[in-house]
Amino acid sequence: MNHNENKPLKKVLIICAKGNLEDVYAALVLPNGAVMEGIETKLFFTFFGLDAITKKTMNKLHTATVGNPSLRMPGGLPFPTIIGMLPFIQAAVSNMMKKQMEKLDIPSVKEFLEMITAGGGEIYACKLAADMFKLKKEDFTEEVIDIITVGKFYEMAGGDRTQIIFV
Amino acid sequence: MIEKLIAGKKIQVNDEGYLIYPEQWDKDIAIEIAKEYGIILTDKHFAVLDFLRQKFFAGESLTIRKVGNSGILDIKEFYHLFPGGPLKIASKIAGIPKPVSCI
Repeated sequence: MNHNENKPLKKVLIICAKGNLEDVYAALVLPNGAVMEGIETKLFFTFFGLDAITKKTMNKLHTATVGNPSLRMPGGLPFPTIIGMLPFIQAAVSNMMKKQMEKLDIPSVKEFLEMITAGGGEIYACKLAADMFKLKKEDFTEEVIDIITVGKFYEMAGGDRTQIIFV
Repeated sequence: MIEKLIAGKKIQVNDEGYLIYPEQWDKDIAIEIAKEYGIILTDKHFAVLDFLRQKFFAGESLTIRKVGNSGILDIKEFYHLFPGGPLKIASKIAGIPKPVSCI
């Protein structure tokens, strides 16, 4: 038996548990890339990740300006945490990042979700987190198929050559 | 580089089957490569292939989103026409290199 045989991935399940801009985008690029490669794709949002599929919040995601050591000023100097604490700074920095992303032709959260579902990807919300934040199906964007339990999630993860990615 | 006989012509392709010289491409070659994927090319397919080749020769990077905004078809139809990886399969059929974009 040849152990080096390349067996391509068949199915991927991606979990997004965070609601900041950069983590949500990581959790959108991965499933979109997977459907582009013809891989069966399921995407789950839980806890603060629910912000990315909640109609009210999905267009207002921010990046953290406090407690984010990788954040830099334009020009590359470190971003002082004390400035990050000022009102509106987080929104301003997030808007700058979004403009930068537009320049690179990176779609909005909503458009990304549309692209993933157009390619056959499926989007779900976690039941426990939805209950916790008192969110119902109608609070979510229409790309969300269902609100499901962890048991259902593992049921969907069955089969050979499946991977689970946690963002 | 491999030399492959496609539609009766000797064509240079890379080890994944993408044409090395996009200028060597013609419709017969497209029909032949599409057959390997079980795709019978329609006018709509050819409209997409022309769009991809145009953008490629203009030096633009190709994304699924660009094809969706082309006015030829939406993203869902694109997946439907070239199942199993529309951008890379369509690029191969269009005789242009494998796309390098992450979107």
